[in-house]
Amino acid sequence: MDKAEYQKRARQVEPPRPVARNALFAFLVGGAICLIGQGVQTALLALGYSTETAKAPTAVFMVFLGAVFTATGLYDQLTKFAGMGASLPITGFANAVVAPAIEFKNEGAVMGTGARIFQVAGPVIAFGLLSAFVVGVVRFALQGVWP
Amino acid sequence: MSVQEVALAGRGHLTFSHPPVLTGWATVAGKKETEGPLGRKFDRIVRDEAMGERTYERAERQLLKGAVELLLSIEGHHATDVDLMFAGDLLDQLVTANFAARDIGIPLVGVYGACATSSEAILLAAMAVASGAARRAVAATASHHLSAERQYRYPIELGVQRLPTSQWTATGGAAFMVEDGTKEPSGKAPSRNDSKALRITCATVGRVQDYGLKDPNNMGAAMAPAAADTILRHLLGSGRRVEDYDLILTGDLGRIGHPLLEDLLAEERIHPKERLQDAGIRLYSEDQNVDAGGSGAACSALVMGAMVLPSMRKGELRRVLLVATGSLHSPRTYQQGESIPTIAHAVEVEAVE
Repeated sequence: MDKAEYQKRARQVEPPRPVARNALFAFLVGGAICLIGQGVQTALLALGYSTETAKAPTAVFMVFLGAVFTATGLYDQLTKFAGMGASLPITGFANAVVAPAIEFKNEGAVMGTGARIFQVAGPVIAFGLLSAFVVGVVRFALQGVWP
Repeated sequence: MSVQEVALAGRGHLTFSHPPVLTGWATVAGKKETEGPLGRKFDRIVRDEAMGERTYERAERQLLKGAVELLLSIEGHHATDVDLMFAGDLLDQLVTANFAARDIGIPLVGVYGACATSSEAILLAAMAVASGAARRAVAATASHHLSAERQYRYPIELGVQRLPTSQWTATGGAAFMVEDGTKEPSGKAPSRNDSKALRITCATVGRVQDYGLKDPNNMGAAMAPAAADTILRHLLGSGRRVEDYDLILTGDLGRIGHPLLEDLLAEERIHPKERLQDAGIRLYSEDQNVDAGGSGAACSALVMGAMVLPSMRKGELRRVLLVATGSLHSPRTYQQGESIPTIAHAVEVEAVE
C-alpha cells in the first residue's frame, strides 16, 4: 500500500461521527442554556429593567453560571455530549476562560494564570476585534463618521 | 559475556545468544484502568487522580517511582543491587523518569519513544544485560491521563467533544526487571510462585515510519504502518513464521489502527488472526468511553505486566512478541502542519522450564 492508498484506507476505517445524535444534544442543551438566559432577562424586566438595560446583567449572570459549572468540574462533562450546544453560548466562553485559569495555577499567578488565561479565548477576542474593525471601516465608507 | 554475543542480524534485528531473563515486574494502575477487563490484576491501585500531590506531573512521577519501588520489594532487592535503569515517559524533557530517578538512585538512561517507550526500555535493558554492561537492569515507564491532556491537548476543565478516533491516555506505571540468564537469580525472595522462566530471545529496533497522516486525534492509524514494518522485519530477522507465536501484542493501535495493521500484514500474505492483539483494546472495555481505545506509555506496559507476563509464567502462553507503538509528534509540530512520524519496537519473550 502506498501512502495515498493507505490514507484512503485509514479514512474508510474511521467510524462516522454521530452527527444526528450530536445535533440533537447540542439543540437540547444549547436551547436549555438559552432558556435559562431568557428566564433571567424576563425576571430582570419584571424588576423594572428595560430590554436595553437588562442585557448586560443577564450576560454577567450567565458568565457567572458558566464559571461556577467549570470550577465544579461539570461544564466539561456537559460539553462532552452537547458539543457546540454548550460551547457556543456565553457560558461556553466563560468555560474557555476559567478552565485555563484553573489549569495554569500551578505555574504561578503571573506566568501561569496571567499569561495563559486567554489561551483558548484569545483567538475569539483577537478576531472579534478584527472583524469589528472591518465592519467599522465598511460602515465609515458607506455613511461617513456621523450617521 | 562479550559484546559480540549480541549478534546483529542486520537492519536492527538483535538475537541474544545468552538470552537475558525477565525476572519480575510490577504494575501501578489508576482507577479507570482497574474498572476495565484487567480489573484487579494490577499489583497496586491508585484511586486518587492526584495521588495527594500538588500537580498531576508530580502524581505521574509517583506512578513510575511506585512501580520501581514495588518491583524492588517484590524481588527482594535494594536500589543498589541494580546496575542500570532505562526509563521514559511522555512529558517534555522526560521529567517523570528524570525526577523519579533522583529519588530512586539507580543509574539512569532516559528513554523517549512516546508510547513505544515500554518495549524500547525493555529492549535496551536486555541489550545491556546481554552485553555484560549490567548484571541486572530495570525498565520502567509511566503515563498519567491528566498530565498528558495538559501537555498534548486542552486544559482539563475545558469542554471539548471527543472524537470516535480519539484514544485515552492510560494512568499507570510499570517496571520490569531484566537479569543475566546465565546466573542463578540472586534475589532473596524467589519472585512469585513461578514455574516458567521468561527469556528475552531476540528483539527488533523500529524504523521511523510516516504515511503522511496528520490527525493527532487518530494516532492508531498513524502508528499501524510502524507496527507492520517492525513485525515484518522481526519475522525476517528471526526466521520465524507468525504461527510460531502464541500472541503478538501491539501497544496502542486501538480499534482503528488494529484493522489497518491487519490490512498491511495481509498485503504481505501474513494472517496472524486471533494471535494479533492490541493492548489499547484490551486495557479498557467499550463502555468506558475511551472511543478508539487506550494509549499512553503505560498502556502496553500495564497489559504486559498484568496480563501477558503472568500468563507466560503459568505456561498459558509460550512465545510472545511485544510490539509497543509510539507517535513521535509534538503539539508544536502538529500546529506547524507536520505529519506524524511513528515507531514500533519489538521484544520477543519465550517461556521456558
